[in-house]
Amino acid sequence: MTIFYDIGRYLLMIKGMFSRPENGKMYWKEFIHQCSEIGFGSLGIVAIISVFIGAVSTIQTAYQLVSPLIPPSTIGQIVRDTVILEFAPTLVCIVLAGVAGSRIASELGNMRVSEQIDALEIMGINTKTYLILPKIVASLLMIPLLVVMSMALGIWGGRLAGTAAGIISRSTYDRGLHEFFVPFNVFFALIKSYVFAFIISSIPAFYGYYVKGGALEIGRASTKAVVVSCILILFADYVLSALLLPT
Amino acid sequence: MIEVKNIHKSFGDKTIIKDVSAVMKAGQCNLIIGTSGSGKTVLMKCMVGLFAPDSGEVLYHGQDFTAMNAEDKTEIRKEIGMLFQGAALFDSLTVEQNVMFPLSMFTKWTFRKKHERVNEVLARVNLVDANKKFPSELSGGMKKRVALARAIVLNPKFLFCDEPNSGLDPQTSLVIDRLIKEITIEYNITTVVNTHDMNSVMEIGNYILYMYQGNKEWEGTNKEIIFSKNQRLNDFIFASEFLKDAKDMRMLEETGKISNERNMEELLDKDAPTLVPPPDDE
Repeated sequence: MTIFYDIGRYLLMIKGMFSRPENGKMYWKEFIHQCSEIGFGSLGIVAIISVFIGAVSTIQTAYQLVSPLIPPSTIGQIVRDTVILEFAPTLVCIVLAGVAGSRIASELGNMRVSEQIDALEIMGINTKTYLILPKIVASLLMIPLLVVMSMALGIWGGRLAGTAAGIISRSTYDRGLHEFFVPFNVFFALIKSYVFAFIISSIPAFYGYYVKGGALEIGRASTKAVVVSCILILFADYVLSALLLPT
Repeated sequence: MIEVKNIHKSFGDKTIIKDVSAVMKAGQCNLIIGTSGSGKTVLMKCMVGLFAPDSGEVLYHGQDFTAMNAEDKTEIRKEIGMLFQGAALFDSLTVEQNVMFPLSMFTKWTFRKKHERVNEVLARVNLVDANKKFPSELSGGMKKRVALARAIVLNPKFLFCDEPNSGLDPQTSLVIDRLIKEITIEYNITTVVNTHDMNSVMEIGNYILYMYQGNKEWEGTNKEIIFSKNQRLNDFIFASEFLKDAKDMRMLEETGKISNERNMEELLDKDAPTLVPPPDDE
């Protein structure tokens, strides 16, 4: 029964976010702050992960392509498609659920237990609108951008590793990138990143906003938020792939 | 003026507030006192709308706050300032930004005007040269003063203070109490203070509501509380060492006898030490 109670409360939280801001300028300031926290705050880790994902994909694909009948440019194709379809949106968003999600849950949880949310309520501010909405909107803007950046860095990382290890030449890799390119894959990856961005921001916000207790409960809420976000990301990944990819 | 009428609040099967009514007047400090778990914080949270009461009314200017829609509640809340037990300052903002926050949210003043107002209220709570400090760099008393400055920056008509002295030393507590009292009179605010500190009761309690297990057990002034006949209230207030003299004075006045073994001359001499001397080590 708790799960239905939580789903109901989550939906009411989402509904409660949509009210007229008391002061647009303050909300804009908060939105920009969240863009900076979520976007620039995760830039480093996303860049590192993306480059290594691309590099490892190139090496492992080359390792598995043992047939002389398959042209080496196929490595470029496979790395491109794996990075665009799966690694950039899904893996990066799972990492972001840990980085940005836990930050959102612990920030709101700390505000709840230290009565900062109550202080805002007393002032007459809709705390759901002021604290949660900017986080979700900032995530919806910044996370797809991070995913696009991850795609580019992943493909570049693959190229770098391929040439450095002498597996594939730059021109062959680049030729592979151009062969059989399906633009819909990028569109599909962006759809996924928007859905994941919503999950990454709203689920931790829910667990943080409604936390009860003290420091221990904030930690628990943060962990639960990351776990639930990761499960939902994987579930949404499956559903979106089954629905949108022609098989 | 705030009127509380027949407030009732339960959490699950447990009833926390039972049919409590009170009238809290403007320009005076209205204290809600009681032991831990007596329901005073829940009553205060019902009054400010953080908890919805199961039944009963909370009237601000004669209007029922509990029956208002969200927009009307927001209007009333703009007239409310609250000092929380843990100060509830925004960690990521400096002292100046914390105090300026309500001004930025609810006024269209220029930065200069806001800055002037912030300095004015910070000076009012005797806190200068702390504008650029973060809450983590402040002492408990300073945090309470910043929170008080933030609570009064919009000139509220109602000020709520939840345990303003918790975690503070007696001297700092006295400073906070006096500040609350001065501000209440100066701005003619209806101040509601939730406390179990008897020093505060005697210092600022114009009207006192004593809660016991969710019920209103007694109400009166700080002059009357000493002479109350309510046994539970007496047990509560005379648990304080500070008030033992007062109890003795009362006994003396009523029966001609004092309640303990102390010397009457010592009791009547204000300068005489009231602490029992340490036992001999012989």
